[in-house]
Amino acid sequence: MNSVTLPVAFAALLVVAAIVGIPSYPLHIMIVILIWAFTYTGWSLMGRFGLVSLGHGAFMGLGAYATALLWNYAGMTPWLGIPIALALAALLAVIVGYPCFKFRITGHYFALVTLALTEVVRQTVIATRDHTGGSLGFTPTPRGNDDTPSIVALQFQDKETWFLIAVAVWLVGLLIWRAVDRSMVRHALDAVSEDEDSAAAAGINVTWEKLKITVLSAVMTAFGGAMYVQYQLFVAPDTVSGIGISLQIVFAVVAGGVFTQFGPTFGAIITLLLAELLRIYIGTDAVGLDNAIYGVALVLFIVFLPKGILGSIEDAVRRRLDRQVRSSATSGA
Amino acid sequence: MLSLSNVNAGYGTFQALFDCTLEVNAGEAVAVIGPNGAGKTTLMRVISGLIPARGGRMDMEGRDLVATPPHRIVDLGIAHVPENRRLFPRMSVEDNLRMGAFVPSARAAFSRRLEFVYDLFPRMKERRHQLAGTLSGGEQQMCAIGRALMSEPKLLLLDEPSAGLAPVIVQRIFELVRVIREQGLTVLIVEQNVQQVLRVVDRAYVLEAGSIRMSGAAEELAASDEIRRLYMGL
Repeated sequence: MNSVTLPVAFAALLVVAAIVGIPSYPLHIMIVILIWAFTYTGWSLMGRFGLVSLGHGAFMGLGAYATALLWNYAGMTPWLGIPIALALAALLAVIVGYPCFKFRITGHYFALVTLALTEVVRQTVIATRDHTGGSLGFTPTPRGNDDTPSIVALQFQDKETWFLIAVAVWLVGLLIWRAVDRSMVRHALDAVSEDEDSAAAAGINVTWEKLKITVLSAVMTAFGGAMYVQYQLFVAPDTVSGIGISLQIVFAVVAGGVFTQFGPTFGAIITLLLAELLRIYIGTDAVGLDNAIYGVALVLFIVFLPKGILGSIEDAVRRRLDRQVRSSATSGA
Repeated sequence: MLSLSNVNAGYGTFQALFDCTLEVNAGEAVAVIGPNGAGKTTLMRVISGLIPARGGRMDMEGRDLVATPPHRIVDLGIAHVPENRRLFPRMSVEDNLRMGAFVPSARAAFSRRLEFVYDLFPRMKERRHQLAGTLSGGEQQMCAIGRALMSEPKLLLLDEPSAGLAPVIVQRIFELVRVIREQGLTVLIVEQNVQQVLRVVDRAYVLEAGSIRMSGAAEELAASDEIRRLYMGL
């Protein structure tokens, strides 16, 4: 499944729903799901080629904290702060990615490097608590009712505005996914994930192709982080960075389906609803239960449903259609 | 066309090639023969840039190869058919061929090259939607050679094309080498099947323990007592 019409149709449907009116709480859940879905889509761009990053929390945290810190301490509008945050994320991706790809650190070893990365970012946030608020979290200064227009601060009181922004961001994410899916980069990286040596011998610049997709993925994830902090107006190391978030990203995409356009979105719906249900029914009695569930579910999915829920459904539908086509062809003949 | 002088190469602390010097002229077919572990595959990998040369000079039509990354070497007109074929098994035959035309200079000519390869190997056209991993050994070798031809190379490096194939298929693969030569390509081929390969090449080098021990015209080597005793079991 890969199209423009379907995402646009869904986006239009969501916008219509918002105009008709959605109660505040479901609207909030949907905004969060859409922002996470964008981030997950960013991760899946790497994940589908076997570049399993357990460190995307690092990019998400970087996007969120850089944007918020620039606003609070430099008075810089997120319109400038976010591009700077994205550039920093791209730089971090190159610093970590280039040596890994150049020296052929792949598979488990690449995952371990990225796992360390996410922890480095989390610890950096905690260590610089004088500026970042440490593990207590950080709040971007509200623009108040003074002269700063809300468009400059990128802070909006009403959820409807945020909902429209989230829908647009999510839609762009799906379109990026599609563009990558139809590009030569996708063929090249498919080849690289099957046999790096052969790919290099065929004339593919392995390091460069991997680096391109890693930077794109990191920048998207950082943008997701920036959107998150602008919407929630609060950010803490454990909500955007660290191993918990990085694992949640992996779980969500694997559960939804790493090879399909809507897979990460589906994964976002599952994880967010799961987190909300746990919060409502179990509350704070079992902190970390969601991570435990992610861990167990991740193992089960990889073993029994490696294409994810949506990917498996698509496969089943395609097989059925094939059968119908074939049986109608034989009955016709 | 291709010339190597005093090339050294290895892996980590292990040196696999010692001062290798060889020359391939345009239009020629040249074989490198030698026992297992002599460094034949390493030699191919050094030429296509997959492992770096440690000292020595190496150039293609006057252009330096030592400091050139592998994807640029493809651009210079060298295509490498790796040992054991190394196709992309979960990609279709056609997608495998597409990857052969990945370098920008070849991408524009993709359809023309595809037609060329399909003309050369009609079997590949029949199987174009099949996954490469499900082809037979001989077909996989065809696909690997086809993939290399997609970049419109001047020089084709063939690394043990007969390895692991049934004798009757091996015959056909060597026949392919002849066909490729008729297309005007220059071929450098590494083989353990000495008797057969000497029938399709003009000249050969004998590589032993990382050093070139002997070289000469194919008929000359095929007639040499030493080669017959050591490599043909005669």
